[in-house]
Amino acid sequence: MNEVFDIILLLFLMFWLNMACAWMSQLVWLGINAFLFVHFYMAFLVEKWFYTRVLLGHALPWARAPAACLNFNCMLILLPVCRNLLSFLRGTIQCCSRTAARQLDRNITFHKMVAYMIAFHTAVHIIAHLFNFEYFMDGQLNRDGSPLTFVLSEIGGGDNASFLNPIRSNETNPTVVLFTTVAGLTGVAITLALILIITSSMEVIRRSYFEVFWYTHHLFVVFFVGLVFHGFGRIVRGQTATSLVADPPKDCAARFETWGSDGSNCTTPAFAGNPPMTWKWVVGPMILYVCERLVRFYRSHQKVVITKVVMHPSKTLELQMKRKGFHMEVGQYVFIQCPSVSGLEWHPFTLTSAPEEDYFSAHIRIVGDWTQALYEACVGDKTKPQEAWKLPKYDSGRGGGGGLGLKLQPCVYHVYTVCVQCVYHVYTLCAYLCIYSVCVPSSQIYFYWLCPETQAFEWFADLLQSLEGQMSEKGVTDFLSYNIYLTRWKETEAAHFRVHHEAENDPITGLKQKTLYGKPNWDHEFTNIASQHPGTKVGVFLCGPPQLGKSLEKQSLSHSEGDVKFIFNKENF
Amino acid sequence: MGKIEWAMWANEQALASGLILLTGGIVGVAGQFRGWQFAAYAIVAGVFVCLLEYPRSKRAKGTSVERTGQYCFTVCVKSFGPLTRNYYVRGSLHAAICVPGGFMLSTVLGCVCLGISSIIYFVAAIRGEHWEPILPRKEISREVQDTVKNPPQNPPPRPPPETRRKRVDDLEEAAYDNPIPVSE
Repeated sequence: MNEVFDIILLLFLMFWLNMACAWMSQLVWLGINAFLFVHFYMAFLVEKWFYTRVLLGHALPWARAPAACLNFNCMLILLPVCRNLLSFLRGTIQCCSRTAARQLDRNITFHKMVAYMIAFHTAVHIIAHLFNFEYFMDGQLNRDGSPLTFVLSEIGGGDNASFLNPIRSNETNPTVVLFTTVAGLTGVAITLALILIITSSMEVIRRSYFEVFWYTHHLFVVFFVGLVFHGFGRIVRGQTATSLVADPPKDCAARFETWGSDGSNCTTPAFAGNPPMTWKWVVGPMILYVCERLVRFYRSHQKVVITKVVMHPSKTLELQMKRKGFHMEVGQYVFIQCPSVSGLEWHPFTLTSAPEEDYFSAHIRIVGDWTQALYEACVGDKTKPQEAWKLPKYDSGRGGGGGLGLKLQPCVYHVYTVCVQCVYHVYTLCAYLCIYSVCVPSSQIYFYWLCPETQAFEWFADLLQSLEGQMSEKGVTDFLSYNIYLTRWKETEAAHFRVHHEAENDPITGLKQKTLYGKPNWDHEFTNIASQHPGTKVGVFLCGPPQLGKSLEKQSLSHSEGDVKFIFNKENF
Repeated sequence: MGKIEWAMWANEQALASGLILLTGGIVGVAGQFRGWQFAAYAIVAGVFVCLLEYPRSKRAKGTSVERTGQYCFTVCVKSFGPLTRNYYVRGSLHAAICVPGGFMLSTVLGCVCLGISSIIYFVAAIRGEHWEPILPRKEISREVQDTVKNPPQNPPPRPPPETRRKRVDDLEEAAYDNPIPVSE
């Protein structure tokens, strides 16, 4: 029990360290794993396990050490997927530290790491037990040649209470024993569940066939139930405390032929199994997870009303919704489910409305079959639809950290901001542009929008045009500097651009700001911004592909060497 | 979410089973367990299953993601024609391969996992799926070669003289800065 409390304290240490730096937290996690492994390995080298080791050798501690690590990791694995708990924690520490909020966003990565560690320790545990079963069988068959193993295996033959060797007969075989003991049966069940969970969680399966991944993942229920009952058979046995005092192995082991006989001080040793420990490790997270699912279930049944559906050009659907008691922060995303399309799929979309509005909206681009079916469900509704769609869980996704989560409270994150958006990811900017110009007067946004085709500009251009108009009316023209890049074009289009090169308004967007062609020279852009804002912190926000993320991250780091600091954030979906 | 291709999951499961069978076999042989002959068989069977399952099939709908370096395996597997293309055959093969693994403790897990993947392959076969090799596309380069063989015979068409004359009249519209520098 003491170990469990120590581990809980260490968990808190990990949690707070996580705020400083993700890799430090991972280091602590690895350290705990290493410590548990070594500690429990050593714990099985003591006198209590002397006779057990006569039968099993070092295969015993090699099985028990990963078992302890498995207890620890199975305790951890449920925690990163308690999304509502994490949102709550994120909210409470948001006021303390911005980087803290960002670190908690790596929950799924941590969940996967713990899963791989569970798979690794399971493999070590199983291989060690394969040797244990073989050695126990040897003890019964007397194949080893050492009579002590045979004598030890015979102990407890009558009442079967104080036996050492769980294989009680020489007419069986290890496979039969596997399927006729609690530990063996539960072991097979949980290992199969684990293997099925892992194979259906491979990225190829997860991204293409979400149902298979989601349904199979629920085998974790089988996994945890089996895990709790795995130790109930008390199959791993050591010498009892009273027997250790009466017949210490260092005195009695050599005189095994005379145990219990009249001239001898030694009686036959008695053995008992340890009480099961696993439930103490996992019961807390299991309860937390049950609460999490209850909260999700409750939230998913809250009524959401669609007040307006707007069809934008280039296949973009805007849904404006209302829900009682809903309060949003800038930068958050919601999961949307449409039961008439699919009862199982929840898709994340960044909220595109400003918090001051009385509705919340999401812009959905029609690219796949779910979005297509959603569009078909909306089309035909000319009046305001009153269907109650389910909006299950809204996540305070990026808070002040990733994506374009800019907090608009007295402590503004970044007065100068660089926003890079790629093609379909531009929806969040709608919200921020509306708010930013009002609330943060002395700031500056450099907006870069990269797009491979001209159609995507259509629906967004009118927003930019109206903003351009508003800014020139107010005389605030330098708050937003936007650079639109068209990264691919056809020859016919190129001819058109060349001819209208000198027109006042851009031939593609109709804006005063001209569209640039090709990809931006980031080095040049960062140097430019750095020279214009020395001694400041500049936030760099990206919504786009990972390769661009890597290159922007590199640029941010390399240009942060002077007195300007570029802080890079990325939205993940 | 798109039609499920069960064969993709069966493939992941079978590959994992092959590795587990192989590991169990190695442990059985290295530890000289009773019935080590089954373990030796499991090593061979495990390697065979891994080689067979390594190359992913081309998806009927959507982008196929290859495994690293799978091309040579694809060529080998493709050469067996209908034996590897048909998933009924593959399911039966896995069901048959897994049976001897059930006779020894260290290979039992591999046996059960392979049995499960055999069942999923049967489901895929019933749904009409089959294995298609992922081959690199060669058609595009062929097209380029054809056009090179036949260069254009005539000069590019010029606009009729009337249009050209109009442009001279309307200098404002005609003028533009050529973004590509032109040397005299």
